[in-house]
Amino acid sequence: MASTVFAILFYLATLLFVVGLLYRINTYARTPAPLKIPTTPAPTTTGGVVLRMTREVVFFESLFKSNLWIWVFGMLFHASLALVTLRHLRYFTEPVWGWVEFLQPFGIYAGITMLLGLLGLWGRRLFVERIRYISTPSDHLMLVLLIGIAGSGLMMKFVAHTDVIAVKTYFLGLMHLDIQALPADLLLIVHLSLVVALLVVFPFSKLLHAPGVFFSPTRNQKDDPREKRHLSAWAAKLESEKN
Amino acid sequence: MADIVAPAYRTIPIVPALKPGSMEGKGPFVASEKINEALGFPGQLVEDWHDKVIAKMGDLLSKYRSFRVFMDACVHCGACSDKCHYFIGTQDPKNMPVARQDLMRSVYRRYFTLPGKLFPKLVGARDLTREVLDEWYNYYNQCSECRRCSVFCPYGIDTAEITMAAREILDSVGYGQKYSNEIIGKVHKIGNNLGLPGPALEDTLAGLEEDVKDATGIDVKFPIDVKGAEVLLITPSADFFAEPHIDSLIGYAKVFHATGTSWTLSSMSSEAGNFGMFIGNYDQLRTIAMRIRQAALELGVKRIVVGECGHAWRVAYSFWNTLTGVGDGADADDRFAQMLQKQLDHRYKQPMHICEFTWDMIQDERLTFDKSKNDKHIITFHDSCNVARGSRMGDMPGGQFEIPRNIIKAVANNFVEMAPNTTREQTFCCGGGGGLLTDDLIDLRVKGALPRMEVLKQSVDEHGVNFMATICAICKAQFTKVLPIYGFERKMVGGVHQLVSNAIQLGPK
Ligand code: HEM
Ligand code: SF4
Ligand code: SF4
Repeated sequence: MASTVFAILFYLATLLFVVGLLYRINTYARTPAPLKIPTTPAPTTTGGVVLRMTREVVFFESLFKSNLWIWVFGMLFHASLALVTLRHLRYFTEPVWGWVEFLQPFGIYAGITMLLGLLGLWGRRLFVERIRYISTPSDHLMLVLLIGIAGSGLMMKFVAHTDVIAVKTYFLGLMHLDIQALPADLLLIVHLSLVVALLVVFPFSKLLHAPGVFFSPTRNQKDDPREKRHLSAWAAKLESEKN
Repeated sequence: MADIVAPAYRTIPIVPALKPGSMEGKGPFVASEKINEALGFPGQLVEDWHDKVIAKMGDLLSKYRSFRVFMDACVHCGACSDKCHYFIGTQDPKNMPVARQDLMRSVYRRYFTLPGKLFPKLVGARDLTREVLDEWYNYYNQCSECRRCSVFCPYGIDTAEITMAAREILDSVGYGQKYSNEIIGKVHKIGNNLGLPGPALEDTLAGLEEDVKDATGIDVKFPIDVKGAEVLLITPSADFFAEPHIDSLIGYAKVFHATGTSWTLSSMSSEAGNFGMFIGNYDQLRTIAMRIRQAALELGVKRIVVGECGHAWRVAYSFWNTLTGVGDGADADDRFAQMLQKQLDHRYKQPMHICEFTWDMIQDERLTFDKSKNDKHIITFHDSCNVARGSRMGDMPGGQFEIPRNIIKAVANNFVEMAPNTTREQTFCCGGGGGLLTDDLIDLRVKGALPRMEVLKQSVDEHGVNFMATICAICKAQFTKVLPIYGFERKMVGGVHQLVSNAIQLGPK
């Protein structure tokens, strides 16, 4: 029973996640940027822009300049999240890729540091007056959701083991439209339900910052307005109408 | 005026505590029917403003990627929350950049996102009511579009873009701001923000020629409407008569004179400023900029040089090529731009900042200075926001910081920097930019100047600074007004070319 319900949930959630995200990305990509607005000093070449973007995405460069505490907790959370996500690839690949294998031991610590990062961020949200002021209930819930995912995951590791072999069989099966039995552990059910929730809210929430950052004109534009005429389609129309 | 007092300096400049509601109010004067209609906006708030606002918002969301992405991407991390000079000076939480954005984002979520339609309370979405509209008017006229917050946001979210969108929406329903819209009307009608007609301008320039002759014995010309001149100078109209702006105009003229450059002003296009940017209106921005194109074509100039003005330089550097073709690199079949670009001399940057011009001449050793003429000054440099975060000078990123400083060091002996996290791209706004330089906002202007005044005080105490150079007409006007309120000399602020003017050697070498 749970196996089938979860299979359906996962299929639907994944579909929503992929379609929703592609839809958003498509909207961002298709919306024109009529004016050159990089926050200067900005790189003058495409290579420079790639470097700037890489520094933003990998090191949160601007955040580092603005607030060290948010940077520390944010970095801790995101870097750990990246590791944990990669570690989870082992549930979807057979044989497990060598580098995923290599990451396994680090992945475990990453679960703990991820939780620490999230708690730090939540602490700031609760106790720093300015950040509490700008927080909406959904901001808190998002952190609760992620803490729930990390927490239930860690509990399966350290408190009440679940049958990971069976979990793996289940997910490999899902990938081939072949529904296997899912262990009926409470923790696992909680963990997976929260992940489904995360997939669903992703394209509708502030988690859009992940694709959004790549489309931010203040960060992804070259600083070359004098050298190259930049004209969007709707702005070009004004010229043909009036001249 | 008498009851305007400066806020106390903070002993340690830590993040101030919140004072909710401290800047609530009606905002600056609302534009009259006459002013609005002259720009093609509805005269006053239209009946169906609610639907029009939502429709306009949808329109802008489809036209500006910045607006679209910025509405979605903010994670409420709070990194920008203490970066705005208006928040620091007023302590009103709605002046935190993220909170200012949220005034708009809450409405965006309600009308344009699924969660906001289904669960408004949960995601902080709210209906667009008259109170919300009034709140927009008030707080989007408390942002100088200085972009300081965008430097610090991990996604580069630029509150200035949101403010511009908000003002454009407000204008589209007849709820515009008097100061900016009135000025835009003047440019359209007369050619400059001050409404200074051609003949008055000619008189002023003739007077200047006499003044300079009296002071130096040299015939420095201030030519206007000269066909076939090499350089067209586009400068903020404040340079023609406001103090201390005029001293920089004299400086530019002396540089042109000393280097034997043929140059001209234009009576038709006697304004570098472009308040179309402040109100976020592409049409206005473009129409105002078109005067420069027209003047350049009519006068047949080879180069366009821009005087000391912050937002004008951002518009010139970043937008002119797009708006009017003043620049380089148009496609071969782009007839509109090619028409002008064929005429311009591309051995030089187009457009060029007067500081780039002067610095090039200094490097070519075509100017000589007596630095001791500036010895009475201990000089610091205030980076103006739009130059610092919205433009460049020279070939390298950051040239906009180096070149003005290089000029100062070439013409004066005493230069010191202000505190490092308040200069260059982290500079604080003067408090009067972005269309807020009006007396009905004087309280905001004084409070917004606080962070800059604090570091100025520090360099006065530590280094005896007595001159703050800057290259922005708005900074100059704003500081002239607020410096005395903070207990400084009003004459402490001046232009970089004012210093050039003091030290330049004009006679035979
Ligand atoms: C391109 C990838 C990504 C980049 C560059 C990125 C960057 C950032 C940055 C700079 C912040 C602000 C600092 C902080 O609060 O931690 C942030 C916040 C956040 N990110 Fe990401 N992120 C990415 C992907 C993700 C993903 C995939 C998730 C979730 C599954 C996520 C979840 C969050 C959450 C929940 C917050 C808000 C934390 C809070 O409430 O304080 N991010 N992100
Ligand atoms: S653009 Fe400048 S004035 Fe506006 S919110 Fe950001 S820091 Fe404040
Ligand atoms: S720094 Fe950027 S993401 Fe963070 S609260 Fe401010 S605008 Fe939002």
